[in-house]
Amino acid sequence: MSAGGRENAKLGVCLKGARASLALNNPVLTASGTFGYGLEFSPYGDLRKLGGIVVKGLSLEPREGNPMPRIAETPCGLLNSVGLQNCGAEIFLRDKLPLLPVEVLPVIVNLYAAATDEFAVLAGLFSGEHGIAALEVNISCPNVREGGLLFGQDPRMAAEVTAAVRARCPDKPLIVKLTPNVTDIAVIAKACVEAGADILSCINTLSGMAVDLNTRSPLLATVTGGLSGPAIKPVALRSVWQASRAVSVPVIGVGGIGSAEDVLEFILAGAGAVQVGTASFSRPDAVFRIVEDLPAVMEKYGVDDLEAFRGSLLTWQTD
Amino acid sequence: MTMCGASPAQTDTGLVPSDGALVRLKVLDIAELGRGGPDLFVLRLSPPGWETPLPGRFLMLRAAATGREYLCARPFSICRINDEALVVFFQVRGKATRDFAALKPGDPVDVWGPLGNSLPVDSCRPVLALAGGMGIAPFVNYVDQHPAPGNISLEFGHRLPLECYPLRYIEGKCRIRTHHEKNDGDRAVFSALVEERIREFALSGIILACGPGAFLRLVRELALKYRAEAWLSLETRMACGIGACLGCAVKALLPAEAFAAPAQVLAAPPSRGDREHFVQTCLCGPNFRADRVLL
Repeated sequence: MSAGGRENAKLGVCLKGARASLALNNPVLTASGTFGYGLEFSPYGDLRKLGGIVVKGLSLEPREGNPMPRIAETPCGLLNSVGLQNCGAEIFLRDKLPLLPVEVLPVIVNLYAAATDEFAVLAGLFSGEHGIAALEVNISCPNVREGGLLFGQDPRMAAEVTAAVRARCPDKPLIVKLTPNVTDIAVIAKACVEAGADILSCINTLSGMAVDLNTRSPLLATVTGGLSGPAIKPVALRSVWQASRAVSVPVIGVGGIGSAEDVLEFILAGAGAVQVGTASFSRPDAVFRIVEDLPAVMEKYGVDDLEAFRGSLLTWQTD
Repeated sequence: MTMCGASPAQTDTGLVPSDGALVRLKVLDIAELGRGGPDLFVLRLSPPGWETPLPGRFLMLRAAATGREYLCARPFSICRINDEALVVFFQVRGKATRDFAALKPGDPVDVWGPLGNSLPVDSCRPVLALAGGMGIAPFVNYVDQHPAPGNISLEFGHRLPLECYPLRYIEGKCRIRTHHEKNDGDRAVFSALVEERIREFALSGIILACGPGAFLRLVRELALKYRAEAWLSLETRMACGIGACLGCAVKALLPAEAFAAPAQVLAAPPSRGDREHFVQTCLCGPNFRADRVLL
């Protein structure tokens, strides 16, 4: 990196939770489900330069995922219904994690399960596991024991999952990833923090749909899917702003981030760090370029300390 | 070459990915093939500086000036690659390809690759290459790179006039027969010929096919019927091309223990007890054995 005179820019951030903290060399992480297990991107940049990576959502058993077609482009966005295809936690720990430079790269696992007790068992697999920097819990999944309602759409269920994961993996910072498909994200945010979340990430994909007039078919086999990309950035920014004002723990911003300017916008709105997602599909080097660009963009906007800049959004003076 | 060399389809373990690289190239020139607007183009780009990849691999391409109306690059077969140029053959089908068709010499494009596995190259075995329409693209590079192109017989079924396709690059290098399909009757004749040829090559040859889905399903069925070694080059919708978006899944027969790293297993015939699993076209393909993939 040609940082020039900008070496003094303070890129490091510390996400201080109530019980555990996550220190990052810079605020730029990758979003789960958009960066594989990390190694897929190693030909396109130096993984060690990233703030950290959040790997593809892991379940207890390998999952095949949904039928094709699973992805569809929409204006400024991408709809997907991959259905959490993944190799399972055990294979990840055995085959993938040992290949990652965990000594210098915080690796965060994203957890997916269909029931609270299943989340607990899954979390237990990572407790004490060297090389795992934190857990991120995906609560945007249906609870099969409660009629398929999403954990993240109900404060009681969200809190239950959070507490269950916390109890089985007390040694790692616990991130809970919130869904935007709720009436009031602040209510869910508070419930998760009260149940033991150290950090929140906002947001998962927005529920969406696209159709083809020629074939009169939906573009996704599952009809509906999750919308990501620049199209959802305003929703993500709003969610980060609301959540960060509702709770005292750090919030990680996710949704449509594609440039270093976007990173600063989220931090200004209250995020302690960010995750780059769909941009990594558009260009496999996107997240590496964002990290590289960040010092110059910070200088351009007069930001020399991200911790001090966080949440410094001004308000309009109204009568 | 005097040695009889076989290079099996190159695959990685599915764990540590490929030798891919992202490069910014310049458009050298772009030419529309044929007349009357079938919207078929040959795009020549400045050479990417890659070590010449084995044939059958693909790349992702996006115009550097791409806006945000659509986000993703598009996958293309490597049609030709040498010291002078990287050549891509494409048809306008939507917004992104419409933008590609409007590129001018000197315009920057971002390309990452070479991606995926290659087609098997064996200088001693006769090769039957079956191409349907746009499916001609990888075979141009295949003939270019093959150490004994005289061993290749190419059967090319096409609906548009022949001048719409980049056949000139390989004319005279291998045996080529073309079949103009103007109606369903022509298609039936071509299908019958495909069957006859597959039967002929089943014993000792390799059969390669690229083209529309219905064509690949036909070749697959016939290859299974005559127990021929056949490889199908698939075209699947992709967002990233490198195994992250999981949008290009296809069902393949795999033993349970190979689920985590399927690519190497897929190069050999299936065993009894193998089950259907989703694998990524970008990492495990785009070339699949007909007896492994389910279409």
